[in-house]
Amino acid sequence: MKMTVKYFASIRESIGCAAEAVETGALTLGELRDELIARGGAYADSLARGRAVRMAVDQVMGTDTTAVRDGTEVAFFPPVTGG
Amino acid sequence: MSTMTPPVRPARVCIQTLDFDVSAELAALRGQDPRVGAVCSFVGTVRDRTAGTPGSISSMELEHYPGMTEASIEAMIDEAHQRFDFFGARVIHRIGVLQPLDQIVLVAVTSAHRGESFQACEFLMDYLKTQAPFWKKEQTPEGARWVDARVSDDAALAKWGVASSNL
Repeated sequence: MKMTVKYFASIRESIGCAAEAVETGALTLGELRDELIARGGAYADSLARGRAVRMAVDQVMGTDTTAVRDGTEVAFFPPVTGG
Repeated sequence: MSTMTPPVRPARVCIQTLDFDVSAELAALRGQDPRVGAVCSFVGTVRDRTAGTPGSISSMELEHYPGMTEASIEAMIDEAHQRFDFFGARVIHRIGVLQPLDQIVLVAVTSAHRGESFQACEFLMDYLKTQAPFWKKEQTPEGARWVDARVSDDAALAKWGVASSNL
């Protein structure tokens, strides 16, 4: 399955990428996060388990168990600080 | 064939680089609605300091998630309507580079009596702080740094019975 993965703020900066197409077998947000962590380097560091990372699927906040599917837009970002 | 068109209402949510005129926004929100007896607004502005040190922030850059930001704030306003009896709400949030003293955010609400608009305004602001995808990066004498989220902001939302942690 192919998904669009977006990164924002400090995560975008450390990975050095705002958006990419990802080919994956992940069925949930948590599985996709683990696949990206397994790439190592900045992915492993900025998405590390235990780090505060928020996730969205098709522009709605999600959790580890939120389903992802072909064509989904996924986003990873740090806790929000607007207002 | 009918030529009627629905009345023009100002958009509820606007994400923009431009500054905003609070008086004009409040006037537009009130419109000509004679039911309105209360208008409550909150304006967030850029401080020049963290930890009480004047000049420790020289400027601030705001990033957002286009599409999700607007949709999440629209959903917050819908949620507020479920909880509070108010007429209209307007949320403006600026993005891009801002300087100390600049306005960042406006939340304004109209209702018949003050209690509902005070509550809805605070609810919307508490929600926005922890659920709308914006991120602040401060320029300091030591260089740029991303602002950390605050536990106190999660606590502010929790008092409305919403347990959705940002941290």
